[in-house]
Amino acid sequence: MIRRILAVAMIEATITRRNRWLLMATVIMVLFAVALTLAGSAPTGTLGVNMLTVSVASMTTLSVYLAPLLALMMAFDSIAGEAERGGLGLLLSYPVSRAEILLGKFVAHLSALAFAMIVGFGVAGGLAAVQGGVDAASLVALVRLILTSILLGAAFLALGYMLSALAGSATGAAGLSAGLWMVFVVLYDLGLLGAVVFDAGGWFTQTLFPWALAANPADAFRLWNVAASDGVAMATGLSGAASALPDWVAPTSLLLWPVLALLLARYFFERLEP
Amino acid sequence: MGEIVLNIENAGKSRAALQVLDGVSLNAATGQRIALLGHNGAGKSTLMKAVLGLTPLSAGRISVAGSAPGSAAARAATAYLPEAVAFHKSLTGREQLTLFARLADCPVAQVAGYLDRVGLSEAADRRIGTYSKGMRQRLGLAQVLLGRPKLALLDEPTSGLDPISRHELYAIIDEMAELGTAVLIASHTLTEVEARTDRIAILRAGRLVADDTLENLTLRAGLPTRLRIRANGDAAGRIVDATGGTRVNGMSVDLLCAPERKMTELRRLSAMGDVVADIEMHPPRLEDLYRHYSTGENH
Ligand SMILES: Nc1ncnc2c1ncn2[C@@H]1O[C@H](COP(=O)(O)OP(=O)(O)OP(=O)(O)O)[C@@H](O)[C@H]1O
Ligand SMILES: [Mg+2]
Repeated sequence: MIRRILAVAMIEATITRRNRWLLMATVIMVLFAVALTLAGSAPTGTLGVNMLTVSVASMTTLSVYLAPLLALMMAFDSIAGEAERGGLGLLLSYPVSRAEILLGKFVAHLSALAFAMIVGFGVAGGLAAVQGGVDAASLVALVRLILTSILLGAAFLALGYMLSALAGSATGAAGLSAGLWMVFVVLYDLGLLGAVVFDAGGWFTQTLFPWALAANPADAFRLWNVAASDGVAMATGLSGAASALPDWVAPTSLLLWPVLALLLARYFFERLEP
Repeated sequence: MGEIVLNIENAGKSRAALQVLDGVSLNAATGQRIALLGHNGAGKSTLMKAVLGLTPLSAGRISVAGSAPGSAAARAATAYLPEAVAFHKSLTGREQLTLFARLADCPVAQVAGYLDRVGLSEAADRRIGTYSKGMRQRLGLAQVLLGRPKLALLDEPTSGLDPISRHELYAIIDEMAELGTAVLIASHTLTEVEARTDRIAILRAGRLVADDTLENLTLRAGLPTRLRIRANGDAAGRIVDATGGTRVNGMSVDLLCAPERKMTELRRLSAMGDVVADIEMHPPRLEDLYRHYSTGENH
């Protein structure tokens, strides 16, 4: 089983390298991370936190958008596209299970995503260190940002596979992925915000809102990074919701999402007739 | 006859209101080459996908080397060439074949040999995106050879191949059959199938309407031989009157006659003297046979 997963993963890794996905994702991450670090170097003194902390805070905000986007762009074509080209039927004529194919792709894509995250955020961290604005706490925050970004990417990779398996065509999967991104990253927050405003500090805002926030992987990612670091919390202004929840909630949500989404992806993949 | 590798019993498949397969029963033994013929949409590809376990049946059962379609054992015993093979453009032929070898549990060292066998050794390290259609088809064939399957399902394997390559393809199929692989070939190229297969199965709108050797199918169809009679001068009209044939161009008459009536007609025509200038005989070809079985026409 491991052998077949690795065989698929190796091929997918080659494809990711060949079609310059890896390069593109890494360049995007580096550009954004460096730009945010440099831009964040100005107001450091006023907040009383060091340069890397500010940069991690703004990179957290960036990653909420970028990690799901990159993951979905990598994932959306991977099942529907292959089914359309006829390659999936051939692949499935070999003694390899759909779960193995899915895991093989996941391993390859997640490695590519992790590489881009580590390089991008790492370069930004190095830049901040060179400029002297680094301490132990901010380094921990940086490592946490990298790891949680990879987790967030994992969740959206798996969600992307799910959409790819149920869309029926690559273009359909692309449309669904764009919709999913809008919902999780933009509309969900807007909806909650609207509800909070309408509720005017009542039961919903007090009790349900933090949990609803944590149920969304993108917000769980934000909450985890914010709750774990006072500096980042100050810089993002999300500390209210973060402090209303027990510490374990956001990490659990972010850790469960990739698993849940992979199971869903597998369920729909099994039902697909190539 | 060898051991039965593929056993299809009463296979049925309905898609919405459409009965794509209906009571199809077919066996394939080791070393047999079977042609699967039928119009576009007759259900050939669907039958192959059902054998692979990619498409669930709505009735009947299939067993591949004693296992259920789609099970690990059945998949290990089966090779498949889809009708439109599209590999990943950015991989090289060697990389693609290496993946398949790993999945088939076949030594990766053999990959080069198979690429050579289908004439792709020079292009092996070029990206598949740069291959011609025929080269992709050859790569598809190379993966069929991996791991000596018990059953090979080839869906229109000659599409996109030049005449020489078609010849080579059938040579490879013969080789596989000699080594004991049962080969099922869906095809529209009747002339090749005629010479290169042991049995012919014909699907018509999801039903199996023929499954026999070419000789037996010919006998059973009892198709007429066509006599083309060229008349001397303007005697064509007289020949039509005498024989009941149909006039083709000003000079000639076509006459269809059943196999057992052929000699009688010839005697009658020669008795007509020099009205008849020439007679050409056209025995039924596979194309006529195919038309007979696949359309249900009975002349
Ligand atoms: N995925 C599908 N969904 C709905 N109908 C399908 C599907 N695949 C095949 N069909 C229908 O099943 C019937 C048989 O199709 P199939 O592809 O098996 O034909 P075929 O004999 O291989 O034809 P061809 O010679 O054109 O390849 C057709 O009517 C086709 O429209
Ligand atoms: Mg077909």
